[in-house]
Amino acid sequence: MTSDTQTKTAANRRRITSSVMTTLTATCAFFAVTVLVLIIGYIALRGLGAINLQFLTDTPKPVGEGGGIGNAILGSLILLLLSSVIGLPFGIAVGIYLAEFGAGRFAGLIRFVTDTLTGVPSIVVGVFVYTILVLPMRQFSALAGGIALALVMIPIIARTTEEMIRLVPTSLREGALALGAPQWRVTTGVVLPAAASGIATGAMLAVARVSGETAPLLFTAFGSRFFNVYLDQPIASLTVQIYNYAISPYDEWHAMAWAATLVLMTLILAINILVRFFTRKKI
Amino acid sequence: MATPTSTTASVKSATETMQERTRAFENDRESRVAAKVSVRELDFFYGRAQALHKISLDVGSQIVMAFIGPSGCGKSTFLRTLNRMNDTIPGTRVEGSVQIDGQDIYAPGTDVVELRRRVGMVFQKSNPFPKSIFDNVAYGLRINKLTSSKTELSDRVEEALTNAALWPEVKDRLKASALSLSGGQQQRLCIARALAVRPEVILMDEPASALDPIATQKIEELIVELKRQYTIVIVTHNMQQAARVSDETAFFWLGKLVEVNSTEQMFTNPNEKLTEDYITGRFG
Amino acid sequence: MRNLQPNAPTPAAAQGASARSWNWRRTLAPTGNTGDTVFRSILFACAFILLLIVIIMIGAMAVNSLPSLRAFGFGFLTSQEWNPIAGKFGALPFIYGTILSSLLALFISVPLSLGIAIFLVEQAPRALARPVGFLVELLAAIPSVVYGLWGIFVLAPALRETVEPSLARWFGWLPFFQGNITGIGLFTGGIILAIMITPIITAVVRDVLAAVPVSQREAAFALGATKWETTRVVLTNGAAGIAGAIILGLGRAIGETMAVTMVIGNRAQISASLFEPSYTIASVLANEFTEATGELYLSALIELGLILFLVTFTVNGVARLLVWSVAHRAGGSSVGRAG
Repeated sequence: MTSDTQTKTAANRRRITSSVMTTLTATCAFFAVTVLVLIIGYIALRGLGAINLQFLTDTPKPVGEGGGIGNAILGSLILLLLSSVIGLPFGIAVGIYLAEFGAGRFAGLIRFVTDTLTGVPSIVVGVFVYTILVLPMRQFSALAGGIALALVMIPIIARTTEEMIRLVPTSLREGALALGAPQWRVTTGVVLPAAASGIATGAMLAVARVSGETAPLLFTAFGSRFFNVYLDQPIASLTVQIYNYAISPYDEWHAMAWAATLVLMTLILAINILVRFFTRKKI
Repeated sequence: MATPTSTTASVKSATETMQERTRAFENDRESRVAAKVSVRELDFFYGRAQALHKISLDVGSQIVMAFIGPSGCGKSTFLRTLNRMNDTIPGTRVEGSVQIDGQDIYAPGTDVVELRRRVGMVFQKSNPFPKSIFDNVAYGLRINKLTSSKTELSDRVEEALTNAALWPEVKDRLKASALSLSGGQQQRLCIARALAVRPEVILMDEPASALDPIATQKIEELIVELKRQYTIVIVTHNMQQAARVSDETAFFWLGKLVEVNSTEQMFTNPNEKLTEDYITGRFG
Repeated sequence: MRNLQPNAPTPAAAQGASARSWNWRRTLAPTGNTGDTVFRSILFACAFILLLIVIIMIGAMAVNSLPSLRAFGFGFLTSQEWNPIAGKFGALPFIYGTILSSLLALFISVPLSLGIAIFLVEQAPRALARPVGFLVELLAAIPSVVYGLWGIFVLAPALRETVEPSLARWFGWLPFFQGNITGIGLFTGGIILAIMITPIITAVVRDVLAAVPVSQREAAFALGATKWETTRVVLTNGAAGIAGAIILGLGRAIGETMAVTMVIGNRAQISASLFEPSYTIASVLANEFTEATGELYLSALIELGLILFLVTFTVNGVARLLVWSVAHRAGGSSVGRAG
């Protein structure tokens, strides 16, 4: 009888432990979601009030004279375009190489290097581009900024591309090969189209990630108070502008930092939610 | 210490042996030239594991040859050596020779792409591309640039679909996705796709194993029909199927070729005890 | 969505790939086709250039660190003095700040991330796990500079008013919680970092837990284990991968720049108090790089960059090995062979 009661008490305790742990883990999740809501909510709250057409189109002005982030928006778009033009084809090519010729020792080395590159802090990428581009050119430039962002982007794209290509069933590949298709046509005509949506998703997320990068731009693209479209000149970007406004001592500029952040976050969240929507529909 | 007589005798016998060997070799060469596909002493390795042992086999023109044997006996592996599909698997190695029309397909400098156009393949699981029905059949024609005009292209597609006995079912929806077809239709589409490039040999790797009896019957009728134009090699685990569609049958066991014979002979009076045991269901 | 965590190896994905295409480490043999040779060469060239870039990266930073290496040698790592005007450069305060802020971040983030991951994989109903998982992933999509902005204007004041005074009152006898309460310092930096690495650790732990075979859970349930007891079995199974996830988070925390720079106070000092301002390697690079006058100053900063590179390189390498060991063990059995 006693042992039976003991077992029952133990079972009760075990059940209680289990429910307590469920509650605890749920609290963790709830906490993380709360932080997200707090951050996004605060951005919306502080940002919405300061946004107007003039803010979105004007260049920065001295304190007390208003001004805007028009040149920073243009600069960010140019930097994103530049880094995508360099980073996307290059990253996809490396990804195809890893997926299609990825068995040898050299490919193993490349895979290792790619993974290493994803782990390199983006500020280090900035330091690197500074030493090889900015120092010799004696000039901060949009080009240096674009290349720094491309270097952040390439390993992400390469690994996503590799993963997506690997998901394409072998039978499709063999089907095409058996018809006398050369390998390059199999890869470009059958495998890549089958993996295209996945690669596009990865590319969009990489662009989103890079659009929030600040550290690699600090000493490459640097920043600018003017509208600039020349690649050999310093160029403004949303993130660096946010940073400069945020660490300034002026309330007016703080408000602008929040407003600029709202613009940036809208872009990034839009991409993420869009990607989520598309991938869910596909699966 | 040999006496002159014995020397003469031994010289004579040696000459005879030589002549016999030459004759045998000549015969062999003749048979190899006559055969569409001719395999000699083929060994195949997955890494260190040997999957095929000294396979020698001839497949004549415009016949259907069936490969039978218990699963894992190497029949699919062997089939895939005939169009070098195993090249895509790392760590595999081939020794011996495979000739198609007298040309060694493993000779250095062989254009594997051209080889695979000449030797078509249909897989166990149908694998249509995620494209339209028309584009699936046209794929091989387009990449190999086998047609010079749009009309010719659509003619060839129609011809291939007709030969694969699929035309009546799909002629009104060529633009529809190939994935909208039923399993049996998809497999026939894959056959049409293989036929479109007009291969000389068609390899079929258990083409009906995933299909229902009615679809299977259609595929079998199709194989018998296709024999008139093509050399067909089919792997099957279904002995009745082998008996129904093939002219000759090869029995594989543990990576070795046990017996090749006319199908009739094979299923009524096989030469080997092992074959008989397998066919009568005593093992496997 | 795993791409939100770009430096996170994903065991579930690797496993899925090996299950679906059995020869995923495929090398296509030469076919004797000209187009193929050209195609292959182009791809090879791209891969090779990437390798070159990394080699040049290490080389360029090493060459540019030479003046500093010559001037200070190993003393660079142990000297406390960072005085650009006097030309004295010692990295110890930055190393200290980097290590302490990262450890503080792990201390907070590890239990939190494990909790979230366990909730999402083992406990939550599917209908809840999906959206909550997505929201947690979104935390990783917020840029560092935005965390910094939020840290300066929301988190730091909040900590200054509430958490830090309480800590000082109850735990003030510990050296960690003494000194001026300003809201700007190591403590805030550590918390910001914790928030930033939580989605990263969570994502990898989720993948690791998901890679544990269902049969393990069924076995535990069949023996009468409760949900939590079953979870513990699963956790034991994924221990190596979880360790990898944590180290991966550490690597990320070490290299994180903007948010930390904005809230940590940027003072090159070594103080036991978490409330005091501090400085990290990444922060000093962000702040002083463009202002570095003189070869030695710049060289010392580049040497810091090189150290940061080598440390994150090692940390990430270890993490990847751990995570892969789990992924491969789980995925190995599904690798079969056709024919």
